[in-house]
Amino acid sequence: MKIAKDQSLDIQEVVPGSTAELLRQLVAHLRQNRTDLREEWARRITQAKLLTAMNDEEIFAEATSVYDNYVEALETGTFEALQAYARNLSERIIPRGVQTDEVVGIVLLLRDVLARSLFAKYQADFNLLNRILDAYEPAANRIANTVAVGFVQERERIIRQQQDAIRELSTPVLQVRERLLILPIIGVMDPQRARQLTEQLLHGIRANRARVVVIDITGVAAIDSHVANHLVQTVEASRLLGATVIVTGLSPEIAQTLVNIGVDLGKMNTVGDLQGGIEEAERLLGYKVVPLAQAETTPQD
Amino acid sequence: MPVPILKQSQYLIATIQSALNDADLLELRDALVGKVGSLRSRGVIVDVTALDVLDSFASRTVRDLAYMIRLRGAETVIVGIQPEVAFAMVQLGITLEDVATALDLEEGLAYLDRKTRHGQRVL
Repeated sequence: MKIAKDQSLDIQEVVPGSTAELLRQLVAHLRQNRTDLREEWARRITQAKLLTAMNDEEIFAEATSVYDNYVEALETGTFEALQAYARNLSERIIPRGVQTDEVVGIVLLLRDVLARSLFAKYQADFNLLNRILDAYEPAANRIANTVAVGFVQERERIIRQQQDAIRELSTPVLQVRERLLILPIIGVMDPQRARQLTEQLLHGIRANRARVVVIDITGVAAIDSHVANHLVQTVEASRLLGATVIVTGLSPEIAQTLVNIGVDLGKMNTVGDLQGGIEEAERLLGYKVVPLAQAETTPQD
Repeated sequence: MPVPILKQSQYLIATIQSALNDADLLELRDALVGKVGSLRSRGVIVDVTALDVLDSFASRTVRDLAYMIRLRGAETVIVGIQPEVAFAMVQLGITLEDVATALDLEEGLAYLDRKTRHGQRVL
C-alpha cells in the first residue's frame, strides 16, 4: 500500500492530470472485455477451490456484480457503493460459512486477472503500461481493502450481536416471592459474565426490594479462583444492600475450590439444593408453607 | 455542610445529602455518638443513598461510628448503599463486617424495630 501511494504521488508530480485520463482508458478496456475477464475470473475462483459453499451459477452471478462494482469504483473513485455492496454480500454469504481468506482471495484474484489483461494489452509500450499500472494499483488496492474490511466488519457485527444475545439470556434474576429473588446460573462462568451477573443481581435487589437472594449454581460445573472470589464479593455486596444471600447447589469440585482459596465459610450461607435454599429463604422471611388440608384443620396456627 | 440529624421517637436518622469531606464525617460521627446519649436513642440510621462514592476513610468512619454507638447501648444500621458503591467497596476489601445494612430507610426502620422490639426498652 505504501509503495502504491508513493507512486500515485509521483504521477501527480511528473505527469499531472493524466491519471484520470489513464483510468478512463482502463475502465473502457475493462468494459470492453467484460465477458471474457469475468469468465476468466470465475474459472480461476473455481480452480483455486474458493467459495466452495456456493455452486457455479451463484459464483458467476456474484462475480458479475463484483466485477461491475469494481469497475464502477475504479471509474468514479468513490467507494460508498462498493462498501454497501460488500456489506450486503457479506450478509448473504457469512451464514453459508464463507471464510475471510476466501473473500480476500477472490478479490485478489480479480485484481490479478485484470492486471494480467492490462499486461497483455499494453505489453508493446512499457512506459504506458507503467503509467497505467500506476493508476490502477492504488485504486485496486483500495478496492481490495474496502471489500475485506467490509467483510470483517460484518462478521464482527454478527459476533457482537450473538454475544449480546447470549449475555441477555444468560443471567435472569427472578422473583419467586415478595422480597425473594432467585438467580439460577447455568453454564460456564467467566470473569466477564460473573461481573455482569453481579451487576444485574445488585440492581435486581434494589428494584425488587429483595431481602433474601438464592443463587443456584447447580448448573455450573467448575469455577476458577477468580470467579469464586467474585462470588464471595457478590455475597458481601448484596449484604451491603441489606439482602441475605443463600448459595445452593455447590458441586463437590466447586466446594473444593472455595475451600482451597480459603473462603471464610462463616460469611457464606450455603444449602445443598435449590429446594432447601428456597425453604431456608422462606424461613428467613417468616413464611411457613403448609399443605392446604393441614392449614384448614388448624386455622389458628 | 453539616448533616441534619432527625429524631424519630427512639431513633436518630442522619441523611447524608451530598459528598462529605473527612472533617464533616468526623463531625457527624461525634454528633451522633453524643446525641445517642443525650436523647436516649435506641437506634441510629445513617442514610447514604445520595453518595456515589464511599472511600476507605468514609467506610472506616462509618464502621467506627457503629462500634461506638453499640458501646453506647444503641443499634446502628447503614441504609441506601447503591449497587455500584457496594461492589466497589467489596472490591476494595471494605465489607463493613459486623455493621448492619439495609436497603432503604423503611427497611432500616423495620430492622431497628425487630432489633429493639419497637423501640421499647426491654426490662
